Amino acid sequence: MSLLDFLRPRPRNTANIARERLRIIVAQERATRGGPDYLPLLRNELLEVIRKYVHVGAEAVQINVERNDQGEVLELSVALPEGNATGTNG
Amino acid sequence: MLDELKQDGFDYIVCDSPAGIEKGAHLAMYFSDRAVVVVNPEVSSVRDSDRILGLLSSKIQRAEKGQGAGAQHLLLTRYNPVRVEAGEMMSVEDVEDILGIPVLGVIPESENVLAASNSGVPVIHDAGSIAGQAYADAVSRLLGEDVAMRFLDAPKKGFFKRMFGT
Repeated sequence: MSLLDFLRPRPRNTANIARERLRIIVAQERATRGGPDYLPLLRNELLEVIRKYVHVGAEAVQINVERNDQGEVLELSVALPEGNATGTNG
Repeated sequence: MLDELKQDGFDYIVCDSPAGIEKGAHLAMYFSDRAVVVVNPEVSSVRDSDRILGLLSSKIQRAEKGQGAGAQHLLLTRYNPVRVEAGEMMSVEDVEDILGIPVLGVIPESENVLAASNSGVPVIHDAGSIAGQAYADAVSRLLGEDVAMRFLDAPKKGFFKRMFGT
């Protein structure tokens, strides 16, 4: 740090940015961790089946595994498009 | 092979792992009782360490047998207290906070590490370097000794140095 440094604008606190980024990344990865390995495959196959009847985007099917005292719960949610919900076979 | 080494009477078997989360890391960790995860204060490194810590809790033999995860330690390397003070690098506390486990040791970034690596002599043998001393401290802590953390603060600069730079 020299005399000239006082005249330059201070750099942003990038350590704080790194910390906040990591908090989000780590929280997301921990949430998806520990689920069965077949979940992504299951999700894709379900998506294909649903697409036979309804046009849905790749993000339409959400799968979550939650643990509680009784065991594991597989939670499946499918978002159908608004309005024209008739598919190719409809 | 591990059994043979045990029969030969070794107390500790240290198994180095390739960097990253590939097959090699899995092989190295599978039979472990205790793991030292080496992490830099960088986003990608901390993220990978979190993944490895997750695998260490679930995908090693102990855990699969239901004996619980082994002991987990963090070794923070390439630490630069000056940059931490300037807000350019995450601090020890930041990394501990994100990963949720305490650090075993902090190795300050040092020219001696590359020099030691170049000449094929472990930096811990270079008793004059702060990195070597920090490694020695970390080993002592791993063996259960109570050693205070060192080299975490930026060296204080005098008035003239601050005014006219280094």
